[in-house]
Parts: sequence; C-alpha cells; structure tokens
Amino acid sequence: MGILEVKNVGKRFGGLQALSDINLSITQGTVHAIIGPNGAGKSTLLNCLVGKLIPDTGSVSFEGKSVLGRKPHEINQMGISRVFQTPEIFGDLSVMENMMIPCLAKRDGAFSLQAYHALLSDREIVDRAEHMLEDMNMADKRNMHAAAMSRGDKRRLEIGMCLAQEPRLLLLDEPTAGMARADTNNTIDLLKQIKDSRPITIAIIEHDMHVVFSLAEWITVLAQGTPLVEDTPDKIKGHPKVREAYLGESAEH
Amino acid sequence: MTDQTQHIATPTSEPAKPARKRVGGGILGLTRKDFALLVIVILLTVLAPFLLNPFPTDSAMAQFNAGYPDLMQRFVIFGIFAIGFNILFGLTGYLSFGHAAFLGVGSYSCVWMFKLLGYNVLPGIGLAIIISGLFALLIGFISLRRSGIYFSILTLAFAQMSFALAYSVLSNPKFNLTNGETGLQVYTNDPQIFHNPATTVNAPHIFGLAMRETETLSLGRWDFQFNVGYYLSAFFMVICFYLAIRLFRSPFGMMLRAVKSNQQRLNYTGLNPKPYTLAAFVISGMYAGLAGGLLSAMDPLAGAERMQWTASGEVVLMTILGGAGTLIGPVLGAGFIKYFENIFSKINESTLQAWFAFMPDGMQDVVVAIVYPFVGKGWNLTLGLLFMVVVIFLPGGLVQGGQKIATVFRRDRKASGVEDDAAEQRQAGE
Repeated sequence: MGILEVKNVGKRFGGLQALSDINLSITQGTVHAIIGPNGAGKSTLLNCLVGKLIPDTGSVSFEGKSVLGRKPHEINQMGISRVFQTPEIFGDLSVMENMMIPCLAKRDGAFSLQAYHALLSDREIVDRAEHMLEDMNMADKRNMHAAAMSRGDKRRLEIGMCLAQEPRLLLLDEPTAGMARADTNNTIDLLKQIKDSRPITIAIIEHDMHVVFSLAEWITVLAQGTPLVEDTPDKIKGHPKVREAYLGESAEH
Repeated sequence: MTDQTQHIATPTSEPAKPARKRVGGGILGLTRKDFALLVIVILLTVLAPFLLNPFPTDSAMAQFNAGYPDLMQRFVIFGIFAIGFNILFGLTGYLSFGHAAFLGVGSYSCVWMFKLLGYNVLPGIGLAIIISGLFALLIGFISLRRSGIYFSILTLAFAQMSFALAYSVLSNPKFNLTNGETGLQVYTNDPQIFHNPATTVNAPHIFGLAMRETETLSLGRWDFQFNVGYYLSAFFMVICFYLAIRLFRSPFGMMLRAVKSNQQRLNYTGLNPKPYTLAAFVISGMYAGLAGGLLSAMDPLAGAERMQWTASGEVVLMTILGGAGTLIGPVLGAGFIKYFENIFSKINESTLQAWFAFMPDGMQDVVVAIVYPFVGKGWNLTLGLLFMVVVIFLPGGLVQGGQKIATVFRRDRKASGVEDDAAEQRQAGE
C-alpha cells in the first residue's frame, strides 16, 4: 500500500480521452518519476492528484483518505505540496514574506483572522521562516522582491516554501523546465539533499532524462493517457517500448 | 509591496547570523516609522483648523480657505471611507465599484437611530457599522465568487440595485424605510424615546454636545473654527487609521497582499483565499458604514444619491489619486478631491474677472473664457486632467509624488520612507 494510490483514473476532455485506466502506487519514501512524451497526460494526471481537476472515473487516495472532491487548499493541508512548471511564488512580496506564508499556513490552517498583532512580533513564524531560508541557502536574499530573482532562485524558493509545510508528499511538475544546465544541476542536488535529509516522498514529472535518471528510484512511463511500463531506472533505460514511445521508432529499427 | 521587509533589519554582511533588531512591540505595537506616520496624521487632524485656513478672512484669497466645519468634516469622513476602500483594493486588488452602497446603508441606519432613539450619535454610528458589515457580508459573499472585471461589475450592480431600492422601492406608504427622493430625516412625530427636548439640544449631539457647535478663535485678521462634529469625526479617523496600520502589518494584511500577488500559489499553500477576501470586503464595508453614519451625524439627512455609482467611483479616484496600497495615500486623495469639489467649484465668472482685471480688456475676456470651463461647474474637468497626470506620471499616486520631492531634497538620493515600497511597487505594476 503506497502513500498515494491511484486506481482506474480516467479523464476525458470533449472528444479527447486524456487519461484512461491509470493505476499507480507511489511508495512511501521513494522518488517516483512519471515520464512520457508530450501529450501523454502527465500534467492532467498531476492536476487530478492535487484537486485542480476531478477525474471522471476512478479514485485517488492519499494515506488511505480519498482526495477526490476536495479543494486544492484542503489537499495541501492533508500533506501534499506541489511545485509548478513555472515557479509560482508571491512575486510582489519579499523572499522572507514568501517564506512566512507557508509557515503561517502550516501553523494556523486555511484561514485565520489575525488582523491586529504585528507579523514581525510573531517570533515563532519569523524564526521558522528564517531557518527555512538558511536551509535553502537564501538567507542573504531575504529582503529581495521575489519577482526580481533568477529563475533558479525562484525555483529554490518555491521548493523551500513547499518544504516549510513539512509535506509528506512533494509533487514536482517539470522542475527544471526552461533552466540553464547549471541551474538544472543545482536543482538536482537540492532535491537529492532534501531526499536525504527528511522522510519525504517525491513524485516528479519530468521531460529531461538527465534529471529523471539522476533522481528517480522508480519510473512510470505514460503514453497516450495510459501507463506503458513501470520499473526501475536501469530497466527503463533499455526498454524497447519506451524507446518506441519516445522516439517514434519501432523496436526493430 | 514589501512594507514589512525593511524592518527585518539584518545587514546582508552577516548572513550566517540573523541578528534581528527589535521586532514589533514598539509604541502602541507599531514600529518607529509607523508610529511617526500616526503622529503626523494626528497632528494634521488636530491642527487642521489652522492649517486649512492660511489666508486672512477678509483677503481675496479667503475663498481658498478650507478650514470651515462642513468641509473639514468631509475631509476626515471621506478619509475614513477611502482608508477602508484601500484595505480591499490596495491590498487584495479587488476593485469594488459599489462601495457607496455601504456608505448609504450606514447613513440610513444612523438616521433611523435618531428617529427611534434620539439624537445621540453613538447608537447611530454603532448601528451603521453593524448593518453595513452585514450588508457587505451578503454582497461580498455573492460578488467574490468572481474576480477581476466580473467582480467589479457585480458590486456595481448591487450598488445600483441598492440605489434603486432606496430611491423608490423601499419608500412606499406601507413600508417607508428610506423616504425616497426627499431623503430620510427626523420628524417631530418620530418616537425618539430617549430624547428629551427640554434638556438636550434638538440636533445630533454626543452626550449633550451638539455636532454643529463651533468655537471661533479670532487672531488678528484670521478666524479659526473648532467644530465638535469635526473633532468627533477626526477622532474616528485616527482610530481607523491606527487600525489600518495594524492590519497592514499583520499576518492578515500579508495574506491579503498574497491574494493580490498569486492566488494559485496561495491555494497550493493550503490557504483558502475566499474567506480572506471576504473578511477584507466586510472590514472595508464597515469602514464605509462608519463614514456613512458620521455623514448623517453631521447632518441628519440621508438621501439615496449617496449610494449612486458616481459616489462609488469617487472613492476609487481618491484611493488611486492618493496612492493605492499605501497607508496615508487614501486620506490625501480624499482631501484632495473634496477640496476641489468644494473650493474650485465655487469660483465663478465674476471671480475670474476680478482676478484678471489687471489685464487689458480684450485679453482679460480671452483668458477668462479659457479658464472658465475648468472652474466652477467645470471643476470635474480639472480633476479629470489632474487624475490623468497622476496616473500617467505618478502611478504610485500623491504619495509617490511626495517621495520624489523628498528624494530631491535628500542628500543620499535614496528614497526610504514608510510608504516607499508600496508606491514603488504600484509603479512597477503599471
């Protein structure tokens, strides 16, 4: 029984069957990569896991509890955090404020009306956010406008914000898309370090095979909305079906 | 808008050891800069009768004096209205085009208290805040299902509906809640159960002290007027301003700015934006209700036109003109617009003729003909032009203009005031 169980999930957009009969089990404490060519349904699947889309059929459960019908913020409060393809941060706020928001969300829940006491006198939150920034090696950027940072730093901040909530499952949607090689390698190192330092499960959707084979312990290959194969990275590398799906060539070639 | 961040004072030279300075817990729970701003606002409101009356009473410039009770009351009351509006618009970015509805509801509530209980203003002001808060809860609950332009249109629709209700529907002989075109006012046959005409003044008062009571201080050629109603309104405005500072610096205030910045991330950080925006909407509705109640307390007559869309638009102008998202901006904007409305509109053709009398005859007529459309009834035209200039050149509003001037006079040429970040942010956003 995995931390996240996806059973018979299907999703249709008009005439397009985006996902059909997906079964997936993510094992606690592993890095599970979901790969597949463009249009394979990776992002649709991810959106079904976090409550942005509701699948037409099937079930999704996290730690034995169904996530279907719950709103994104409720699913997040259950312990699933999501990192987006383009870093989603609070661009108008400072880096420090960006980090304080998930700390508040973790402590006070989805809504709390604290309109009178000063934010900066809340030592618990300030200390926690500073601690997280140091963890992410961003302490020197705390007063910067988040929007003014480089893409790599935004990604680092976004991951840090997710970790501040101490999620049990971290979902990453192409975390290195559009990044320079150096930033990509930094992100890989960061994720490895995260994995080694805490009991977290990571599910990663990725295009870049370099990233996938650097991190993943288990890989599911999606093609045309349905799982093609799943196996360890070593087995996936030489799998004829995968080559076919990716390169559009038949196995005989 | 990173108002807070500048107070997290850790020099970048020692990143390893976060040596924070004192955080929070200053005077009245404000940081030193915020407290200074509060003191400035208090001084400005207390000394307004002097500051707004710079010209001797009998001089030709006396018509530019704004230090008379009626106008000063409007300055602070609309200041309250704009401070409240800014909590919604400046922080969350939700542009309500129907805030005048809450102003009107507050006004009606207050007059009803006069009619039923008596002329003491406190029950009326209290009820105005409560009723407008409930009304905002209802309208906000429905309107906040949408964002952006749809939200604005929904609020506008609600306000126009309220106007129509107040103007005609709710003023029929069977159920006369608003008294229609005439406006709601106190009649001699109203119950006024706590009112004793023998002992108390027959006009809005606070524990016997009438709102209209004015003390005039004559110093040489100057007359300074101190009005009870003004100081009561000013007291409320200072309280409102203080609460707004607290709100801006609170976790709630940061969440509201986060709503404006990125709702997607907020959702996926386990936070629900809806109750945050609704709370902001209700709080700003209550501010508007307080303003409406005070308007009635100054003059116990509530008309439906207070709810019209032009009144809703006016508070948007005030906030943007002063600087949306800044603390003091909305107050400045409110003062600016009310000054124009009351002073520029009074300049008529004969005043202009007198001003330009030094010119040769033909030229005088030409100059008067050119200037005339911009004053008197045309004051809106001047205001419109000024608004355009501000929006184009100073997207951060008057606050940004003030900073630019301050920067010129400062040696290090580095702007760093209480309001800088918000105004700069606003400029960057344009």
